[in-house]
Amino acid sequence: MKTTYREATRAALRDALQRDDRVFLMGEDVGRYGGSFAVSLGLLEEFGPERIRDTPLSESGFVGAGIGAALGGMRPIVEIMTVNFSLLALDQIINNAATLLHMSGGQFNVPIVIRMTTGAGRQLGAQHSHSLEGWYAHIPGLRILAPATLADARGMLWTALQDPDPVLIFEHGSLYNVAGELDDDAGAVDIDRAAVLRQGDDLTLITYGGTLPMVLEAAEQLAADGIEADVIDLRTLRPLDGAAILASVGRTHRAVVVDEGWRSGSISAEIAARISEGAFFDLDAPVERVCSLEVPVPYAKHLEQAALPSVERVVAAARRAAGSS
Amino acid sequence: MSSVRGQGVPDPEHALHLLRQMLRVRRLEEKCIELYSAAKIRGFLHVYIGEEAVAAGVMGALAPEDAVVATYREHGHALLRGVSAGSILAEMYGHAEGCCRGRGGSMHLFDAATRFYGGNAIVAGGLPLAVGLALADRMAGRQRVTVCFFGEGAVAEGEFHESMNLAALWQLPVLFCCENNLYAMGTALGRSESQTDIALKAAGYEMPAWAVDGMDVLAVEQAARRAVDGVRSGGGPHFLELRTYRFRAHSMFDPELYREKSEVAQWMERDPIRLLQSVLEAAGQLPQKQWAALQEDVDAEISTAVGFAEAGTPEPVSELARFVYSDTADGGNPGTDSSAGHGAGKEGARKEGGAG
Ligand SMILES: Cc1ncc(C[n+]2csc(CCOP(=O)(O)OP(=O)(O)O)c2C)c(N)n1
Ligand SMILES: [Mg+2]
Repeated sequence: MKTTYREATRAALRDALQRDDRVFLMGEDVGRYGGSFAVSLGLLEEFGPERIRDTPLSESGFVGAGIGAALGGMRPIVEIMTVNFSLLALDQIINNAATLLHMSGGQFNVPIVIRMTTGAGRQLGAQHSHSLEGWYAHIPGLRILAPATLADARGMLWTALQDPDPVLIFEHGSLYNVAGELDDDAGAVDIDRAAVLRQGDDLTLITYGGTLPMVLEAAEQLAADGIEADVIDLRTLRPLDGAAILASVGRTHRAVVVDEGWRSGSISAEIAARISEGAFFDLDAPVERVCSLEVPVPYAKHLEQAALPSVERVVAAARRAAGSS
Repeated sequence: MSSVRGQGVPDPEHALHLLRQMLRVRRLEEKCIELYSAAKIRGFLHVYIGEEAVAAGVMGALAPEDAVVATYREHGHALLRGVSAGSILAEMYGHAEGCCRGRGGSMHLFDAATRFYGGNAIVAGGLPLAVGLALADRMAGRQRVTVCFFGEGAVAEGEFHESMNLAALWQLPVLFCCENNLYAMGTALGRSESQTDIALKAAGYEMPAWAVDGMDVLAVEQAARRAVDGVRSGGGPHFLELRTYRFRAHSMFDPELYREKSEVAQWMERDPIRLLQSVLEAAGQLPQKQWAALQEDVDAEISTAVGFAEAGTPEPVSELARFVYSDTADGGNPGTDSSAGHGAGKEGARKEGGAG
């Protein structure tokens, strides 16, 4: 079946709404407007305003209400338009969703799914271009997903809804229009393990989410020069599938981490640390990282592109790691 | 209009000025749409067409030393505050000659010289800033006013309520201007507020608040003068709900599924520019020649601005990492406001620096 990331995400929402009466979608402009990225287009007509619930601009309020509804036995899918606005709901996500189970001594779990768009690259300026999923991955109690493929866009939501604890799903804005083939019977997928999307023995390229297409393209270019790379799609940023990373690096002895987040204190830093802890004696070269430059993301196209990871930067880092630069 | 039809206005020269101000915004916005379609401008673009009377009326009531905080729909506010159309367009071109050197774009226009504090793309994000600017003025003993523009969608955010309360509690010199255009993206006011009378809501915070016909620039200006005077003379925060309408889509990506074309057409009959124009014409206060000349002037201004933006240059990539932290070598940033009264020694002056 030919589909797009947007349609696959919508199919996942529709499926969940059909299968479980406790599931409802809530967020700004998810109903009448059809979703700010047109993901929920048509769902209001199909499921009605009780279950496709438009909210006012009240991120802290409706995310918190979603947490409460989860405590009350519902299975809310809360959509925050973009990660940038999730900052207004940070208190609810971190002080409530992530902690209630532990603080209550295991009495109150929070089965909520919070979806949001993330990432830069569309000239939206600093306040609309954050990539903060790695930052959320710092928080114990949260599970952090970054679907990068059509299969994951289609399949991660249902599995997330079965999780008894809060799950945040980050959809990179550059992925919605990605088109491709998806199995007609595509359904739920695991949300525990990283995936190796391309195999090679010379080095390991590790990424997730919006930078996956770029890394696959870089791997293609490297292959043309005889450098064969493993490409790992992390899929889940917390808990991190450290075993998959170490298994690959143990074989290739070289690693490049690609992350649209800023470098300092980032998920890429965590991955590099795991590699140095678990595969130090396997390494033949320092771990390379390709991250965004540490500036608020600028508007002008040439400046924005210079600030973000690119195929060229990935290829250059890979060559350095492979010792062929 | 605040005048009886056919009798014209008491001060036609001033009315003509307001007409010009609104037309400048209209033409700038129309040009922005055109340039967006030509891919000269990118990112999100939110135009102010239909709402010009609000910015025109309020800006006219301000003094040069006052401060303005606006939203992502702020091209018109920047222009009427005194930022040149050229530097606004150059900013949207992403050029070094833009008012933010290409770093901000359409949603983030800033200008220290005119005390224009943005350009904020987070709904309600500007309100606490405005409260703080006013707090600084109060603490420094300055008679300045800070005006904060925001959409009615912002009224649902916690930051709105926290700001109202702080401003009223501390009796700060801030004027809140709610641009009620009835929609927040696709969400109609009645679908987002239990109490849709926004002025009433503000009054609940114990500040003078009233609603104004935001399509009538004379009424807006009159109300703004009254409110600004009230604020400046120590009356604490004031609140204006300006009832207006956006004629165009929310942004360039909005298919407008949430409202009827007939509703838009009905509001367009109250186009603020045509409204004033027809009052003046009916009273013989706007000869055809004068109207033609005015349009010519404005068109010339905008085409000069486009030329300026076109001739601009990209900021060198080598400058990319600048402005993450303040440049201390060259004595700080242009917006740094070191004129405060309280213990602003050398260290204090630098730390206090708004734009830093
Ligand atoms: C905190 C936050 N949430 C959501 C958005 C996305 N968004 C941008 S504009 C907008 C509508 C705001 O409407 P309103 O305040 O009425 O201003 P208007 O666009 O009508 O001028 C929304 C939801 C945002 N920018 N910030
Ligand atoms: Mg509005």
